[in-house]
Amino acid sequence: MVKPTEEAVVTQQEPLRKLAEVRDLNFYYGRTQALKNINMPIYEKKVTALIGPSGCGKTTLLRCFNRMHDLYPGNRYEGQILLGVDQPRNLLEMDPIEVRMQIGMVFQKPNPFPKSIYENIAYGLRVRGIKDRALLDEVVERSLRNAALWDEVKDRLKEPGTSLSGGQQQRLCIARALATDPEIILFDEPTSALDPIATVSIENLIVELKEQVTILIVTHNLQQAIRVSQFTAFMYLGELVEYNDTMSIFTKPVEQKTADYVSGRFG
Amino acid sequence: MAQDSFSVKTNLPLTLPSRTVRIWRERVIAGVLFLAAISSVLTTLVIVYILFSETVIFFEKVMEVDRVSLWEALVEFFTGTDWSPLIEPLGIGILPLLAGTLTTCFVGLCVAVPLGTIAAIYLSEFAPAKVREILKPILEILAGVPTVVYGYFALLVITPVLQKIILGVQKFLLPGRNEWDYFQLPGFNMLGAGIAVGLMVLPYVCSLVEDALQAVPLELREGSYAMGATRIQTALNVLIPAAISGIAAAYILGFSRAVGETMIVAVAAGLQPKFTFNPFEAAATTTAFIVSVSLGDLPHGSFEYQSIFAAGIMLFFATLFMNVLGYFLSRRYREVY
Ligand SMILES: Nc1ncnc2c1ncn2[C@@H]1O[C@H](COP(=O)(O)OP(=O)(O)O)[C@@H](O)[C@H]1O
Ligand SMILES: [Mg+2]
Repeated sequence: MVKPTEEAVVTQQEPLRKLAEVRDLNFYYGRTQALKNINMPIYEKKVTALIGPSGCGKTTLLRCFNRMHDLYPGNRYEGQILLGVDQPRNLLEMDPIEVRMQIGMVFQKPNPFPKSIYENIAYGLRVRGIKDRALLDEVVERSLRNAALWDEVKDRLKEPGTSLSGGQQQRLCIARALATDPEIILFDEPTSALDPIATVSIENLIVELKEQVTILIVTHNLQQAIRVSQFTAFMYLGELVEYNDTMSIFTKPVEQKTADYVSGRFG
Repeated sequence: MAQDSFSVKTNLPLTLPSRTVRIWRERVIAGVLFLAAISSVLTTLVIVYILFSETVIFFEKVMEVDRVSLWEALVEFFTGTDWSPLIEPLGIGILPLLAGTLTTCFVGLCVAVPLGTIAAIYLSEFAPAKVREILKPILEILAGVPTVVYGYFALLVITPVLQKIILGVQKFLLPGRNEWDYFQLPGFNMLGAGIAVGLMVLPYVCSLVEDALQAVPLELREGSYAMGATRIQTALNVLIPAAISGIAAAYILGFSRAVGETMIVAVAAGLQPKFTFNPFEAAATTTAFIVSVSLGDLPHGSFEYQSIFAAGIMLFFATLFMNVLGYFLSRRYREVY
């Protein structure tokens, strides 16, 4: 594997800060190894895209970050995912609940809870035991504004989250993740269940959100990776083949596999 | 070797029957299956017909013996508090039987709903796969225990224990009285029978609630965990609201089972119709009345014989109504996702 990362760092005008770093990560579903020796940085307030053919382990890698694999028996991690600029902590050794409180996630299919729009957003604060109404109101409004949904729903906060359209539901889920002010938000193919117009609005939102939060996004859609991300990791058969800034991955890939994939020759 | 097996294959006799034989065989099989399916529907229709016609005869007899109009007889049936159709003057108020049924069911649900829900949440969300594999079959076996066993359990175990507890509590609160001044729980009582009904319905409610929880899509569960919620927070705040109509259906179907339960209450709740909602008393339920009367030698067409149909039709409508309600509720929760 090549690591032209340092080069990429130099070519950026603004200084880059490494918020998280995956080191020698192996992951096993029971006996089958799904991730092999992954190493990659995650830069603060940037969008990092994970691309690669179906089944190459993009979702698996994403779900290591918020320890979703801990929900099911038999799964095993090896290695480190360090989070933090000054005093990095290994996410894989922390309490999973504590990890999930710092790392939000938006799923493939919008999954609003069977609650009102308001309570959907307030959920993350409620599970932390926050009951202060004024604070909840403030966070709900701010999160909905940040997710570009406030104007559409401000008069119907009491209606169920499921009454919204698909694209609105996905923005609701983004607002829900924003509400707890996470370090990183993980997106797993967030537009694959949406129509083209809703897709555009989610993509625009992701571009705006990177001003305030670090984003890691799995996408099937190469144009989407180009549109929203600054860094891209190409995965194949559980391995990270190439990591670089997005422009380089798509215009001058180093590995043959990457070149084949981004030019649409397979996948 | 390969040559051998190949020749064996080609030497197989052609056993395919002719086309006509095949078509006819299929038709006969389809016909038999259809008859099997239709027989249960027909049986139900016949039962409904008999219930109706015998109930009509019951009211005709009431009108004749008591010299009242049909309207008066119906009013008496639905509002009267005396059920003694076996002795003149006829008491034909259904309320005592309904009160008995409702009281035992209420006690039963007080046991089955909380325990069943908690057990279902445990099984669905907390139990490791191993524990689940052991507990689920046990629940199914419990659901298969003949209910007369629960009846004797109520009579011989639950009631004696309750008697001791109730006496003990009174002695603790009001010490130093004569033994006979304390309230004695009668040997037949609706409390003990109701608890047994609850234990009988428990596995049923538990299994239905568990099904409803399991039907909640994985994305919702994971969505909640991804927000940093614990298992119990996820179960209470997301899964139960998501499964609520299925859970309500489970309770209603459990209630409907409790209403129809016969042997437990016949054995343990008493056989005297009495208009009371006090679970510490003995009183017959609708089903208990039906068995107790039909245990005797009932001449066909006698008034006693007719009265069990009038009671039975109440039971029929009560359970039918609740099953239909439960059916629509459980349908609704499937459609939400
Ligand atoms: N729960 C699981 N148990 C076992 N194997 C799994 C599980 N989930 C995914 N896999 C396997 O892990 C590999 C990577 O899957 P995934 O991360 O979902 O791929 P992607 O998101 O890139 O399409 C695939 O080969 C898949 O079959
Ligand atoms: Mg995937």
